[in-house]
Amino acid sequence: MTPLEAILLTIVTASTPLLIAAIGELVAERAGVLNLGVEGMMAMGAACGFAAAIGFDSTAAGVATAILAGAGMAAIFAFAVLGLAANQVGSGLALTILGLGLSGLIGAPFVGARRDPIPHLHVPGLADLPGIGRLLFGQDAFVYVALALAAAVALFLNRSRAGLTLRAVGENHVSAHVLGLPVLRTRFLAILFGGACAGLAGVYLSLVYTRFWSPGMTAGRGWIALALVVFAAWRPAYALAGAYLFGAATVLQLHAQAGQIGLPSQLLSAVPYLATILTLVLLSIGRGRAVGAPGSLGAPFVPDR
Amino acid sequence: MRLELAPRAEVSRIARVLAPVAAFLVAFLIAGGVIWLMGRSPLAAFRVYVSGPLSDPWALQELVVKATPLALIAIGLTYCFRANLWNIGAEGQYVMGAVLGGWLALRTHASDAGPWVWPAMMLLGIAGGALYGLIPALLRVRFGVSEILTSLMLVYVAQLVLDYLTRGPWRDPKGMNFPQSVTFDPSATLPQLFGAGRLHVGALFALVAILATAFVLGRTLFGYRLRVTGEAPRAARFGGFDAKRTTLAVFAISGGLAGLAGMSEVSGQIGQLQPSISPGYGFTAITVAFLGRLNPLGILAASLAVALTFIGGESAQILLKLPLDLTTAFQGLLLLCVLGADALVSYRLRIVARGGGRPGPPLPEGEVETAVAVRVRGHGLAGEGATPHPVAPPRDSTSPSGRGGNVP
Amino acid sequence: MTPGPDGGGAPLVALRGITKRYGGLLANDGIDLAIGRGEVHALLGENGAGKSTLVKILYGVIEPSAGEIAWEGRPVRIGSPVEARRLGIGMVFQHFSLFDQLTVAENIAVALSGTASLKAMRRRLDEVSRGYGLGLEPDRAVWTLSAGERQRIEIVRCLLQDPKLIVLDEPTSVLTPQEAERLFETLERLAGEGRSILYISHKLEEVRRLCRTATVLRNGRVVATLDPREASARAIAALMVGAEVGEVKPHGAPAAGEEALAVRGLTLPAGNPHDWTLKQIGLAVRKGEILGIAGIAGNGQSELFAAISGERLAPAAASVAIGGRACGRDGIDARRRLGAAFVPEERLGHAAVPTHRLSENAILSHHATGEVARGGIVALGPARRLAERIVASFDVRGPGRDPQARQLSGGNLQKFVVGREIIRRPAVLVVDQPTWGVDAGAARLIRQALIDLAVEGAGVLVISQDLDELFEIADRIAVIRGGELGPARPTASWTRHEIGLEMMGVARESAHAA
Repeated sequence: MTPLEAILLTIVTASTPLLIAAIGELVAERAGVLNLGVEGMMAMGAACGFAAAIGFDSTAAGVATAILAGAGMAAIFAFAVLGLAANQVGSGLALTILGLGLSGLIGAPFVGARRDPIPHLHVPGLADLPGIGRLLFGQDAFVYVALALAAAVALFLNRSRAGLTLRAVGENHVSAHVLGLPVLRTRFLAILFGGACAGLAGVYLSLVYTRFWSPGMTAGRGWIALALVVFAAWRPAYALAGAYLFGAATVLQLHAQAGQIGLPSQLLSAVPYLATILTLVLLSIGRGRAVGAPGSLGAPFVPDR
Repeated sequence: MRLELAPRAEVSRIARVLAPVAAFLVAFLIAGGVIWLMGRSPLAAFRVYVSGPLSDPWALQELVVKATPLALIAIGLTYCFRANLWNIGAEGQYVMGAVLGGWLALRTHASDAGPWVWPAMMLLGIAGGALYGLIPALLRVRFGVSEILTSLMLVYVAQLVLDYLTRGPWRDPKGMNFPQSVTFDPSATLPQLFGAGRLHVGALFALVAILATAFVLGRTLFGYRLRVTGEAPRAARFGGFDAKRTTLAVFAISGGLAGLAGMSEVSGQIGQLQPSISPGYGFTAITVAFLGRLNPLGILAASLAVALTFIGGESAQILLKLPLDLTTAFQGLLLLCVLGADALVSYRLRIVARGGGRPGPPLPEGEVETAVAVRVRGHGLAGEGATPHPVAPPRDSTSPSGRGGNVP
Repeated sequence: MTPGPDGGGAPLVALRGITKRYGGLLANDGIDLAIGRGEVHALLGENGAGKSTLVKILYGVIEPSAGEIAWEGRPVRIGSPVEARRLGIGMVFQHFSLFDQLTVAENIAVALSGTASLKAMRRRLDEVSRGYGLGLEPDRAVWTLSAGERQRIEIVRCLLQDPKLIVLDEPTSVLTPQEAERLFETLERLAGEGRSILYISHKLEEVRRLCRTATVLRNGRVVATLDPREASARAIAALMVGAEVGEVKPHGAPAAGEEALAVRGLTLPAGNPHDWTLKQIGLAVRKGEILGIAGIAGNGQSELFAAISGERLAPAAASVAIGGRACGRDGIDARRRLGAAFVPEERLGHAAVPTHRLSENAILSHHATGEVARGGIVALGPARRLAERIVASFDVRGPGRDPQARQLSGGNLQKFVVGREIIRRPAVLVVDQPTWGVDAGAARLIRQALIDLAVEGAGVLVISQDLDELFEIADRIAVIRGGELGPARPTASWTRHEIGLEMMGVARESAHAA
């Protein structure tokens, strides 16, 4: 395997959790809800998923637990912002703090444990193609799931009636309510989906990316996923592109570090965060202002009955 | 069966004040449940977390010491949050304040400089935090980028800067390779209050900041401007308040106060620069700000209450082997409870059987607003350089240009 | 109660004793209403009478506190708009329930229940829109459309569900006179097909033209059910308002005078894609004169207001002059110091902060010029006294001594917001939609206040969508369309027909061609 192949492979693994989490958040935001709790839900997914995988000695159990954990945290968030119309920014932050703390508690007994690598797909023949073979046909299941998720969400939003309802609710919840569309139910389901995706992204980190749990292992990826949604102008296709771009930035600094480039390692570690800021700025310049955000994003919904 | 929110007609002031207290109690109860699930006695935990720190004067001093950075940062956040600007990067501004002021300490190290050193360090701390806080503000004003994301990304950057400095150029050569700077000279250290003990001048800074903010918010035109900007950005424009200048001003103030907190902690408590100078004060301060309802006196009380949980957490770790993560989780839970309580102050929650419903509260005659959210604390969209991560303000039903609901 | 004109028998829909209570306030009080098949029935009442509440109950958006609804003779519970639609009730709201970023086709699809495929729906859309002469382009994003076009979407959306009853809430408030005419033709055709129409309005002439039965609401109660063509306009107006409102006393404008406000060659690019670019706007308001700017909503009025008030700065200082002083590059407070005052269109959120008390809202526009703020400190005492003076002088009614802005009704808040500016006796007053959504009594007070101000020698600029209002109080009228302003002519020289043409841009083209 050439060094280039190795780098491309690591980019894919670095990008996958970002893509999964971003797709989930994208759906929630298209429905009009800003969920800043992604980081905490991801951490919970990582810890709970790892704990379950060790406990039941089963990757599948770990994944299922992680999805439930993420969705569970999301349900708490949903109750706060939908049921009580609480401030969305504050509630999201609360969930992140809670998630980070809780995940530390849950993961503590499992620090130091390790899991075996999960099986990779291996399409006979195709996977042995030089260069792109392993890249396209030799990845682990999560990678393909992430891609499938992106495609499915794109189809859902643009081609299905439920997707149209969700877009309408996010665009103008007043009109949606007057027309009789189920605003709260739609948002609730969207939030749960977002949380489940965050949990799934998290368990990918602890079971595949590093195969162990350590506190703080999400390292701000949840926030990067949030930035990704903005970058993608709330469109799944662009989220796909953006995830791989951001993943590349993360990987770049790792390889640069290893390659002894002579720059301080902290500078290289800062690259993903600086890249995020730079991207957002360039986007704003390029796109102009106020384009693309769902009209009701973040606004609490309290209908008059 | 569904849950329904109905706006309350009268929001009682008592409820407003008691809500944070109720939130605290609920959070304690839930945390007690979790502790019990972890196999420890909730009562013992309560003793260690709450009564322990309140029991002797040394502990009380410790409470104020811990509350000081929380209060300083939270007071700064009040300016931003009231203007509907979400400064999530106070942690980074805290660090950069310490970095800039710490530079002076290292420059004047072992050089017999005069008593001007620590005051100058404090000023540099304010400057460092303010300048760092202006970055997300400028990005928002100039490019319309969401300050939530940029201020947060900058936290990681600031932490990495500190890490680099303390492991590299600023490392104490005689420190046996530990990542820390030289210990600050006495001239670079905050003097103590009362001559002994752990209480230092930083506590005074916090008190002054609280009183000054109470005055600014309540009595000055600047405070009025903040309140209008946060509640109704278009009205702010109508009132002649330039949104861009307001944004820059509040971020500078907030960053400056966070930077001062950082410098005070480092100079008064830690005594040197090291990679980790904060157990997450910048984030906990957000909880303190909400708990204190963005009100200076409320923040005074809230910072003491939350400091209590920090100290309690440390004792619990030693005495009961309860991990510090529990404290973090508790703070998240507390914030959630505060926000929930806040919402319940303004709304009544009803469980309603399908189709049947008692009528809601009175609405002003002639203006039946269809879906207007009473709480305005969203992230402002408005027309002033709307950001790509905006949050729409509630639609009002009084414009003929079809921007709102239907008027009878 | 009154059987329908075509074929008696059971009415299509009958409301009995409909009541809606909000705490101590009765928005609807024991309302009885019956509509026959094929009947065009008007619901008359001024703003605040309870028309929208009643109609929302009928459409399932709100639940009644008491009363029952009978549909085709059988009692029904209408729990949601979906159920209303299933019964056969279609609704065209005054404020369109549209989604700006979605296309026309998507806007229609989202409101339709049922599992018709997208293609089938588009075919029907085509049929219906062509059949009724309501042309639509399915793939255009709604935010690019005019108000008239948006209303067409609402109507087509409604018609696609084959309604037996069509409810229209103030449909002509956003239309030119010509578009209104086309709407009436469509409605008459629909009635001819046997559909019933409930036409909500406060405009008497339309109602008399379209409807043979009218129910008049006042303060939430039915005060009369009558044939609008038989009763006199005066009598009906008196029923709607409950008393003789009295007319506004017009004044004669001076033939010439100094210019209080002048705008010359104002060109301002749009701030965001949804706004209009202002192109070469020129106008002059003389002292003692009221200049009206007519136009359909969304043609640049807000942008013009922002440019004149100073919320947006003009490219050249000379573009805007107050009292002869160039101030195009000055902010709103600087313009206030020159003696100007401004009242924006939106009272909640723009003219006033909803959660602030009236005393605090008084500070909003007075802090740069009055005693409510000195040296950066807010003086609460003077602010309260100022608010009290405004309340007293302009008959502002609300709960308590210093209520929050949002606790006031539309009319009262508007009186406060206008009064807050008039009380400083400005040399120039610019007001956008002075009486929109305001009850007749408050509207009369506000219009009289504007006239009195002009009589005192101020120059008043009134931007309004209400042609009646402009004909009543303005000395000269100009029309704004698509960000461009036509020449101002004396009111007496305009006819409504001409203004309608001007609003649609027809007259200008023919003038150019000539």
